[in-house]
Amino acid sequence: MKQKYLPLTATILIFVLSYALCVMQFPNMLSTRVIGNLLTDNAFLGIAAVGMTFVILSGGIDLSVGAVIAFTGVFLAVVLEQGGLHPLVAFALALAITTAFGALMGAIIHYLEMPAFIVTLAGMFLARGMAFVLSIDSVPIKHPFYATLKGFYYKLPGGGRITLIGGLMLLVFAVGIMIAHRTRFGTNVYALGGGAATAQLMGVPVARTTIGIYALSGLLAGLSGIVFSLYTSAGYSLAAVGVELDAITAVVIGGTLLTGGSGFVAGTLVGILIQGLIQTYITFDGTLSSWWTKILIGLLLFAFILLQKGIIRLSRVERQHA
Amino acid sequence: MTATVRTYLRRLLPQLIALAVIVIAISMVFPGFLSLQIQNGRLYGSLIDILNRGAPVVLLAIGMTVVIATKGIDLSVGAVMAICGAVAASLITSGHSLAETLLATLVVGILCGVWNGLLVAILDIQPIIATLVLMVAGRGIAQLVTEGAILTFNHPGLIFIGSGSFAGLPMPVVIWLIFGVLVALLVRQTALGMLIEAIGVNRQASTLSGVLTPVLLIAAYVLSGLCAAIAGIIAAADIRGADANNAGLWLELDAILAVVVGGTSLLGGRFSIAASVLGAIIIQAINTGILLSGFPPEFNLIIKAAIIVFILVLQSPRFRTAFTFVRLPRATGKPTEREAK
Amino acid sequence: MHSTSDNILSAVRIEKGFPGTKALDKVDFQLRRGEVHALLGENGAGKSTLIKCLTGAYRRDSGSILLDGVEVDPRDTFDAQRLGIGTVYQEVNLLPNLTVAENLFLGRQPRRFGMIDTRAMNRMARELLAEYELDLDVTGDLASYSVAIQQVVAIARAVDLSGKVLILDEPTASLDAHEVAMLFRIVRRLKARGLGIIFITHFLEQVYEISDRITVLRNGQLVGTRETADLDRRDLITMMIGRELADEIHTHHASAGEGRLRYRFRNYGRRGHIEPFDLDVRAGEVVGIAGLLGSGRTETAEVLFGAHRADSGTAEIDGRAVDLPSPRAAIRRKFGFCPEDRKTAGIVGDLSVRENIVLALQARRGWTRPISRTEQNRLADHYIRALDIRTADREKPIKLLSGGNQQKAILARWLATEPEFLILDEPTRGIDVGAHAEIVKLIESLRERGLSLIVISSEIEELVAYSTRVVVLRDRAHVAELDGERITAHNIVEAIAAANEGGRRDGDR
Repeated sequence: MKQKYLPLTATILIFVLSYALCVMQFPNMLSTRVIGNLLTDNAFLGIAAVGMTFVILSGGIDLSVGAVIAFTGVFLAVVLEQGGLHPLVAFALALAITTAFGALMGAIIHYLEMPAFIVTLAGMFLARGMAFVLSIDSVPIKHPFYATLKGFYYKLPGGGRITLIGGLMLLVFAVGIMIAHRTRFGTNVYALGGGAATAQLMGVPVARTTIGIYALSGLLAGLSGIVFSLYTSAGYSLAAVGVELDAITAVVIGGTLLTGGSGFVAGTLVGILIQGLIQTYITFDGTLSSWWTKILIGLLLFAFILLQKGIIRLSRVERQHA
Repeated sequence: MTATVRTYLRRLLPQLIALAVIVIAISMVFPGFLSLQIQNGRLYGSLIDILNRGAPVVLLAIGMTVVIATKGIDLSVGAVMAICGAVAASLITSGHSLAETLLATLVVGILCGVWNGLLVAILDIQPIIATLVLMVAGRGIAQLVTEGAILTFNHPGLIFIGSGSFAGLPMPVVIWLIFGVLVALLVRQTALGMLIEAIGVNRQASTLSGVLTPVLLIAAYVLSGLCAAIAGIIAAADIRGADANNAGLWLELDAILAVVVGGTSLLGGRFSIAASVLGAIIIQAINTGILLSGFPPEFNLIIKAAIIVFILVLQSPRFRTAFTFVRLPRATGKPTEREAK
Repeated sequence: MHSTSDNILSAVRIEKGFPGTKALDKVDFQLRRGEVHALLGENGAGKSTLIKCLTGAYRRDSGSILLDGVEVDPRDTFDAQRLGIGTVYQEVNLLPNLTVAENLFLGRQPRRFGMIDTRAMNRMARELLAEYELDLDVTGDLASYSVAIQQVVAIARAVDLSGKVLILDEPTASLDAHEVAMLFRIVRRLKARGLGIIFITHFLEQVYEISDRITVLRNGQLVGTRETADLDRRDLITMMIGRELADEIHTHHASAGEGRLRYRFRNYGRRGHIEPFDLDVRAGEVVGIAGLLGSGRTETAEVLFGAHRADSGTAEIDGRAVDLPSPRAAIRRKFGFCPEDRKTAGIVGDLSVRENIVLALQARRGWTRPISRTEQNRLADHYIRALDIRTADREKPIKLLSGGNQQKAILARWLATEPEFLILDEPTRGIDVGAHAEIVKLIESLRERGLSLIVISSEIEELVAYSTRVVVLRDRAHVAELDGERITAHNIVEAIAAANEGGRRDGDR
């Protein structure tokens, strides 16, 4: 097997094994209902994580994701409650803003040659601050269109539902996979992660790609914000705190190298599902406390970092003896 | 000696000016801002409040400065604060003495630092990734300690650390003042400071010059863990309880910001603990100023973002070269020829 | 050698300076259609700078470049490639995490309906590589293939993109004989197609095997261009590292070799770095290390200093066995080491001259015993004066100093530790003439003070001037040792040349 599939395989294996273990203990967990809920409950996180995957593949990081989600939610709530805009128009506006926001961060990262970490940290403060400025309180969204959207779902045999947002997440993953592997932009993202200097020498448009990556992350964070507002029917500036951390974790558990250049969008989906599964298991169990989620995820994170470290070391040794 | 003092002041000048401008600006709008009263042998006033409220970030910034000087970063300090607050609360409620509680809590903070340090120095994992592990798992560990509840306590000794006073100053201020001076003396009166800066600038050259790089790297993260432990105790003592979910939440980012405002480069090297402390106080002064001015506190975040962007532009290599007359050759190709390996 | 229609590429009077040094001084270079032209010279001779000027990676200060008789001015390597000049580096400049096909077609992938047509791309990649006798899974990551294959892929990409001139910068440095043969087959094929090929290497056998002409650079100046067939090995080495071999007799320090034997290394070595060697060093002795680039000079220094731990052999100091697992251990035994790569391994750029000077001494004393500021100032001032380090003051960041002054400051760093065994790796490279002479003088005076020194240099006259003994290296092994009157530029060149012929002529001497 090719070495680059090793972390992905490990991820899938862990998911399948842990799901099997869960089902052995709680046979009820093997139902389309659980699977449907897994998708719905993690839809916003999954969509944001697709954007994060691209950012991390390119060797960067985006800390602004959670704040952008919150901003989008508050923005939608305020616009829909005050103005007479149709939600679809509001969605388009929100996406335009968040995409431009991401592009701006990308431009700063590239042109000012500053670390992505600190630029997106500023972006996080700014987006969260703007959300607060729009509204401090949780603003409910009562637009009838929301109810309509929530009414869409695909009924699975066995009573499970693929909701609109769950389906949207799967769609985003599908499109993400296409972008990553079937477009020049996608290859350029991997190229940047493999080495920005070399990529530049090979003719990769570094500026355009960097801006595009953060714009994409901004777009998907905005979309995630829309999904989140559909999910919660409200906009709250304190919502989605730490989502960027969950997204980063999902990406790494999904087998993507945190230093960039190697990994798969599909792996991130499995990473999301593993996190969701741990939560579902804890809910099913009822006696286990929720904090085990964080500890387990931290351990998984550590295990994957070690695994990747090991693979890198192994391939280096192999090449020396080649 | 006066020359040293002068260079010291020159280093701190931008931060001092920034702080002065902020304080003057606020006091022009609120004349009462500068006033200090003494009640029951203790100072009260907005200025004291800033120093007191800023205590956790000041402490974290002290440790973060040293870590950043080694070209590292410690994302876990907020989570370590939560762990240590939880440990302190659970020990004191289970009947341990104050001394035992404090000692054990500090040891826990040190152990967290050792963990981070080992990942960075021995396993050679990038600091941002290595400390992410504890950042993610830390709050879970803290909740494990408190068993999910907000663990309250009423031990007067522990509470004193959060809200007592000593020599007219609130205890948190006394603690960070003493600790800050101790650390500053430790790094500057010994050779630690210079050796840490050397590692941060050029790890390979330092190792070849005989600097004990791994040990110093671990020590930096240990200091950061210790700072987080003290900050965690203060935060817990302040609210008389341990809140595993919210204690120290996002304070790692404030601490990094304080270091950046203090003028220490995120790329490692030269550092100043005093400047980072000033940076933390500047941030707190802005917070307080906004609060007083009646602006919603939400504006804080926007102002923080603006500060970061401002400093980023100042520090940006592009910006600097635009204002320097020295033209450096810009190599787009390979670095210099090296002896073939 | 004037520009004729035969020339596919001509560089005329190329000049390039960096602060403090002149990297290229009016260098001329001509490349013919369908020839392999070896570009030779030691580190710092200006090969890389010339290549970078030709490919636009550097802006030249003056001079012109003609491609196919037309003056060109490549703005960057990408532009050069578009014009027809492709380059392949030793450290393959491709992306290890992309597939072979992606590397070949990055930025020009075939598309259908806006999506990359992966199947077509892989087919094209296979076809392209078939021209290079390479049949491999083009969907595999580049990193999963050997360096040799990566080189061929890089060549295929460069030729496919440029097609007139191919520059091979040390492509064979990490290849084995079989792989080199494969690479040369490809080079000959490209040559037959009419490409002009510039070949940079430090393996002289390969130069004689593949090249039609040879151009030698030294200290940024053109030494000359010759037909390979007319240039024998000895003359070539003389062009590279010796000026005129006047057979000057090595007269000074007749007393050398009388000092007390202090350091004794037996069977000392490290797998993959340097073959086990024996080395004795006396007090008051300079052991020069000669050899071409890549012969194991730096590796010898690193193993002696513990920068890379030796995995065989023993070390003795004054008859007592010692263990030297790390620089710290070596420094405790009063070793010092000025590395070759000053910028990445020597200076601590942002720190002041003073701090750079006291660094090693402070590290040896440990952090709990700081050197007082007064003492630091005294040490810094002392060495700034003694070594004539040109700096506005001792607090200036060392990165702002010129190369020669940086080198003196690093020497001062070690002198401050009062070393007894000092290893200097290319101490005079890339520094101006004045500083050069001062460092040579310093080496002499340290020897007279009874220190033991190991000095690596690619300047043979220099070695002759200060060495009491010269060790000659080849292929990562110590192959010859010259002492007393036998230390002449002539003999050193002979030894290297003999060595380079696989030791066949060892018996002739």
